Amino acid sequence: MSRDAGRLSLILLFAPFALWIGLLIILPQIGIGYISLREKVGINEYEFGFKNYADFAQAAVYRNTLFRTAWISILVTMLALVLGFPISYYIAKIARERSRAALFLMCLIPLWVSDLVRAYGWIVLLRETGVVSTALVSMGVINEPIEMLYNDVTVIIGLVYTVILFMIVPLVSTMQGMDDSLLEAGFNLGGSRLTVFRRIVVPYAMPGIVAGCIIVFMITAGSYLTPVLLGGKNSSWFTEQIYNQFITRYNWEAGATFGVLLLLFTSLVVWLGLRLTGQSLATTVAKDT
Amino acid sequence: MKPMIRGLLAGTALSMAAAPLSAETLRLLTWGSYAPDEVIEKFEAEYPDIDVEVTFSNNEEMIAKLRATGGTGFDLAQPSHDRVNAAQQEYNIYKPLDMSKIDTDVMTPNLLEGVAANTTIDGEVYSVPHQWGTSGIMVNQAEASGVTGWGDLCNEEYQGRTSMRLRRTILLGMGFAMGYDPFALYDDKEAYQEMLNEVTQKLIDCKSVIKTYWTGGDDLSALMLSGEVVVSETWDSTAFKIYAENPDIVFVPPETGALAWIDTFTIPRGGEADDAAYKWINFVMRPEIVKLMSASTGAIAAVPNGIELLPDDKRAAVEVAFDQSDLDNLKFFANIPPGLEDMEGMALEQIKAASGN
Amino acid sequence: MNDLSCVGVTKKFGEFTAVRNVSLEVPPGSFFSILGPSGCGKTTLMRMIAGFETPSAGDIRIKGESVINLAPNKRNVKMVFQHLALFPMMNVGENIAYGLRCQGEQKSEIPEKVRKVLDRVGLPGVEDKRIEQLSGGQKQRIAIARCMVLQPDVLLLDEPLGALDLKLREHMKIELKQLQERFETTFLYITHDQSEALVMSDQVAVMNAGGFEQIGSPRALYDDPVSGFVAGFVGDANVLPGTIDEVRGGEARVILDGGGAVLARLADDSNTGDRVEIFVRPEALRIGGDNGSGSLSGKVDSLLFNGAASRILVRLDTGQLVEVADGDQASEVSAHDAVTVSWQPDRARVFVRRPGA
Repeated sequence: MSRDAGRLSLILLFAPFALWIGLLIILPQIGIGYISLREKVGINEYEFGFKNYADFAQAAVYRNTLFRTAWISILVTMLALVLGFPISYYIAKIARERSRAALFLMCLIPLWVSDLVRAYGWIVLLRETGVVSTALVSMGVINEPIEMLYNDVTVIIGLVYTVILFMIVPLVSTMQGMDDSLLEAGFNLGGSRLTVFRRIVVPYAMPGIVAGCIIVFMITAGSYLTPVLLGGKNSSWFTEQIYNQFITRYNWEAGATFGVLLLLFTSLVVWLGLRLTGQSLATTVAKDT
Repeated sequence: MKPMIRGLLAGTALSMAAAPLSAETLRLLTWGSYAPDEVIEKFEAEYPDIDVEVTFSNNEEMIAKLRATGGTGFDLAQPSHDRVNAAQQEYNIYKPLDMSKIDTDVMTPNLLEGVAANTTIDGEVYSVPHQWGTSGIMVNQAEASGVTGWGDLCNEEYQGRTSMRLRRTILLGMGFAMGYDPFALYDDKEAYQEMLNEVTQKLIDCKSVIKTYWTGGDDLSALMLSGEVVVSETWDSTAFKIYAENPDIVFVPPETGALAWIDTFTIPRGGEADDAAYKWINFVMRPEIVKLMSASTGAIAAVPNGIELLPDDKRAAVEVAFDQSDLDNLKFFANIPPGLEDMEGMALEQIKAASGN
Repeated sequence: MNDLSCVGVTKKFGEFTAVRNVSLEVPPGSFFSILGPSGCGKTTLMRMIAGFETPSAGDIRIKGESVINLAPNKRNVKMVFQHLALFPMMNVGENIAYGLRCQGEQKSEIPEKVRKVLDRVGLPGVEDKRIEQLSGGQKQRIAIARCMVLQPDVLLLDEPLGALDLKLREHMKIELKQLQERFETTFLYITHDQSEALVMSDQVAVMNAGGFEQIGSPRALYDDPVSGFVAGFVGDANVLPGTIDEVRGGEARVILDGGGAVLARLADDSNTGDRVEIFVRPEALRIGGDNGSGSLSGKVDSLLFNGAASRILVRLDTGQLVEVADGDQASEVSAHDAVTVSWQPDRARVFVRRPGA
């Protein structure tokens, strides 16, 4: 009797989560997967098969864009880690208790405005007649206005700016748990700054690093507005091609195929990243200590 | 358990029943600036029991949205005349119009007939014209002269100073500029693909000349008014608006003919307020409302004196831009056969992905 | 030459002086404790020796060499932290090998050294265990092994027993002393627990408010405290406040605050009329009789049985409770009996009253 009651309450507790996962994540994914296997043979005529995937494999333009997206996303992830680590370390270990909240809030500010507004902010700053270019000309640093938009560097800067918070939050929360005496012990036992960083700080922060990198990589690879708006004419991004397939080409089948491929490919990159760095989700993100 | 379900059902039924009791809602799916606040206020003043809700969109998104919902969620859409037929045949998202409820007498006869010809399926008409306009070239005459056609967008003289919208219009315009008649090739997919290949190559080569691709009217206005871009593909309405701010910037119909579109009124299949939709159609075609509308959109209403009903500055811009021969040379977009957009999409993506500088 | 000497070491944090002009000498191979209440500056002093804080004034020498300008990782002083600070992401072997690797030890020799030191702390073969698999006492020994494998000149221990339960703490006191003797290394041990300091140390420095009150062997501190603070902090003592009535030779006649006059040895330079406290240890008190001190009458409040540490609690007529040692439980008193207590005057000490007492 009481066991049944226990099971019932477990089911009731679990139900909202299962519904959420099922309705908002699994069901749409099944739908996307289903559409991706549909071959269009005529108006309102469909057959099942892998033609959409074969088409993708044959079209260099899509393949290259997918690789390019993944490559830039990896670069953005690494930059976010390199820039975010010292910031997180400062917030977690060096800043005083009181300024810690303020610093955290400052990192949050970019998220208070929408993607679109943030991208337009960069455009206002970096365009040829924009703030930076005009200021440089009036200071005499350069003779003619320069265009700083519409290239990969700008896209990468914009993306790092957008995603760095998602690196900082998990890093700070992991490193806040690190007792200062671990660092002092590291020095006391003869470690140099580099040794302490490499053998104590980094291994301790590893769960945060892995979580941050996965989140940042996934967000970057799935972003749309920042690369499209800042990259202008040179901004091929895989999500834009998905959008184009769905919206301008009415080709839901190809769009769904691209969606599935993006999911698979980014998962593969994450898996490879974990393998190459000798980490696993079980010992880092899901660690139960 | 059971009473709870009954209660839930009753609640749902009540809320559903309650909806029609309040004011009827007219859900418009239209272009930015096609539903100015002033017009909505006047309409709601005249029909107090109708609420107007507006969603701004573009041709592609309109079709995508209606396709996703099976034609529900909106009561009146405004796709361009060439985008109705194929979308209806493939996705069945619209319903035929009841012409008896529309004051077709006020509409320009040849536009009305043209749109009807484009959008008649199985003897039923799906669209009537609202406003028309063209796509062509916008030039800052203080910075550039001698611009005559689409090809000038790739003129190295304007290195880093030109722009275009990477959509199907530029493929067609460039096709015309290269001596093709794309509309005539619509039905011959192989020939059309050949043309697309050449146009694609031309636009890839052109990438080093252009500054960037614009994506919307605001974006384009900023590029032109800041002087960063001096020659660009444009909608004439955008050019007319900019002319009021900087008279050096004028619309130039390409020598191969400006590409003309007619935005229509079309009712989605799942529309729930047809009467309100017809009321809106008839309301916005009234001369005093046309004036307000054209002031907002910069496009010309499909009424015989449409140009006269433009605000002064825009009428001046039109008169600077078009003479009678230009008007005679307009190339109205032909109905897009199914599948064509996919071919064009591939071309556009190749252009986008190609590395320029 | 002493392993560690501090000469006039002072540390200020802004206006606050944490450590005031402290000097100490720790002979080689000795177990030296610094005993003081929390906040007395003992941890700051230890952190200065380890190099985590820089003294505002004074000098710290290890084996005769000043280390003031040496970074923490260059000092041959190792530290066992309060919470041990074992590295959770490394196993036991890696924790111990960490310091060896930092020293640039030959890779091939590290496992042997690790094995040896684990043998010496009595935990052979645990190299591959994870830290969280160890018990509290085992962690303690690993933390010590991690330092000892580096053969430090001085091992600093910062209240390492604080986190252990009572039983284990009692056991570890003895264990630590044995380890220190086995390694023949100088230990500098910080604690607020006087019993830890008394049991293990060769020398104890009693610290209060940033300065040393007294340095000496445990016995000297216990038997010959130099101040009321030391007398009260080291070992148990009954404290009886009063005023000196008369000084005669080395003895003072004190009028207690609650009434009654007693004799006790004058231990500082207090004089007639000064407000003082008499410190008398429980084992110096006797029930009944008069040992020349004058006696105080009261009632037995309760009997506290604790084997050899059994006590009789007596409430004096002044209202104050005093503890009387009853190690062999030979007294034949029971609760509520009227009794007198007395002591030999030379076993009670008179000190000037402590601030705040």
